[in-house]
Amino acid sequence: MLITVLKSKEDIECVAKGKTICVTCEGCKEVHFPEVEAIELVKELNPTGNVITEYVCNPDNLKVQLAKHMDKLNAADTVLVFSCGVGVQTVSDNFRDKKVYAACDTYPLPGGQGVTPLEFDCEQCGECYLNGTGGICPITACSKSLVNGQCGGCKDGKCEVDKEMDCGWERIYKRLEKLGLLDEMRYPAKLRNFNLMYEESK
Amino acid sequence: MRISELFKKGEMVITAEVGPPKGCHPEHLIHEADEFLKDVTAINVTDSQSSKMRMGSLATCKGLKDAGHEAIFQLTCRDRNRIALQADLLSAAYFGIENLLLLTGDHPSVGDNPQAKPVFDLDSVSLLHAVGELEKGVDLGGNELEGAPPKFCKGAVVSACSDSVDVQLAKMEQKVKAGAEYFQTQAVYDSEKFIKFMERAKQFGVPVMLGLIIPKNAGMVNYMSKNVPGISVPEAIVDELKADKEKTSSGATGVEITARIIKECKDYCQGIHIMALGWEKFVPDVLKMAGLKA
Ligand code: SF4
Ligand code: SF4
Repeated sequence: MLITVLKSKEDIECVAKGKTICVTCEGCKEVHFPEVEAIELVKELNPTGNVITEYVCNPDNLKVQLAKHMDKLNAADTVLVFSCGVGVQTVSDNFRDKKVYAACDTYPLPGGQGVTPLEFDCEQCGECYLNGTGGICPITACSKSLVNGQCGGCKDGKCEVDKEMDCGWERIYKRLEKLGLLDEMRYPAKLRNFNLMYEESK
Repeated sequence: MRISELFKKGEMVITAEVGPPKGCHPEHLIHEADEFLKDVTAINVTDSQSSKMRMGSLATCKGLKDAGHEAIFQLTCRDRNRIALQADLLSAAYFGIENLLLLTGDHPSVGDNPQAKPVFDLDSVSLLHAVGELEKGVDLGGNELEGAPPKFCKGAVVSACSDSVDVQLAKMEQKVKAGAEYFQTQAVYDSEKFIKFMERAKQFGVPVMLGLIIPKNAGMVNYMSKNVPGISVPEAIVDELKADKEKTSSGATGVEITARIIKECKDYCQGIHIMALGWEKFVPDVLKMAGLKA
């Protein structure tokens, strides 16, 4: 079980620039989602469109769900996703040329994990990093869960831990480069706050 | 003495790397340092390198310091959370160890205790930041330190010949911003690649030490080229090591190659770092042949 909490309005306004379209994921039994607040915020943001769907975390389902909105989505500069971290990653993977941002932070809730088989993973770190990493989760796509860039262990694009696995930070760099967002890597040192994973979910 | 002071004076800083023993008797290491590493500015002590459990870097640094050597304390984020890292940094300051090399560290799964829990609470960038905070007299929790704060020279690593050099340069920039005062590179065998890297890295204005591993034989360099991240060895060097097996096993070929790379690169960097991997006895020959010591 997990809980998603809206990021601050300032944080969201910072990324929701240009023609923005919102994708809101509802109806998942695993996630406690701030439905009312999300509707409020979307109203205030006044995006060019708001697509309400369910299970964006499932790539096949996502394609079906978004099919009828493709015109709007293709015309948008930015896609703002209201879902758990897995949902945002799935949308981001689906629109690799677009800026895809997370509107929520994802925290763990006591109880069993979901059973939906998924392509992406979210560790519910409570301070979603996806907005600075091109929609690729550094916590789960990097073997060391690094948040400040690549370690010295990458060889030929593969991770030192598993030669079959693409280095997460190589992927993040390439994605940011493609989106023209490499400046997002010029941030001051980031420190994870592990206390969030224990405190907020209480 | 902080080696940053020497860089500021424009001195060519020379360091050598040693690995603590698998056991609690560093006497042999200290003896070798006395014998072969007298001419280097400082001795850099690894922190359970390649995730292979060894005697600690800090205690070995202290041993070297007591024997009259300047030591560089390598500290990785692999085994310690931020409490333990900060505690060890304060301990280093107490021992008078002022030079640091701060790394993320390898994953435990590549080492000899692969069952270990990987920590990585911090990484190289946030560890640099943490040292900067301690130097200001506060810890990462925002709590004040008692008494005068410590002062270190903060080093970091970069893979100059990595196949992901753009990604490495981005990381280098983050390390500079987080307070890195010098860099040490992964072993270089391709001078041209290194010089190209330095043309891009010099924009940061931070001294870079050329990293070198004295090649022991063709098998070793082939292995590194294939398996060690950030190392690529040109064919010509492999051939050179194969040509005269006797000369190679005597160490002479490796010394020649290493000295040549130093000569080719020394105008582009601010220091030399030799990782002898057990061949400490050849360090004086390398430095002599490269024209760095009489
Ligand atoms: S950064 Fe990764 S682990 Fe953290 S909330 Fe986002 S998707 Fe989940
Ligand atoms: S090689 Fe890449 S994915 Fe693997 S630990 Fe290092 S940065 Fe993370």
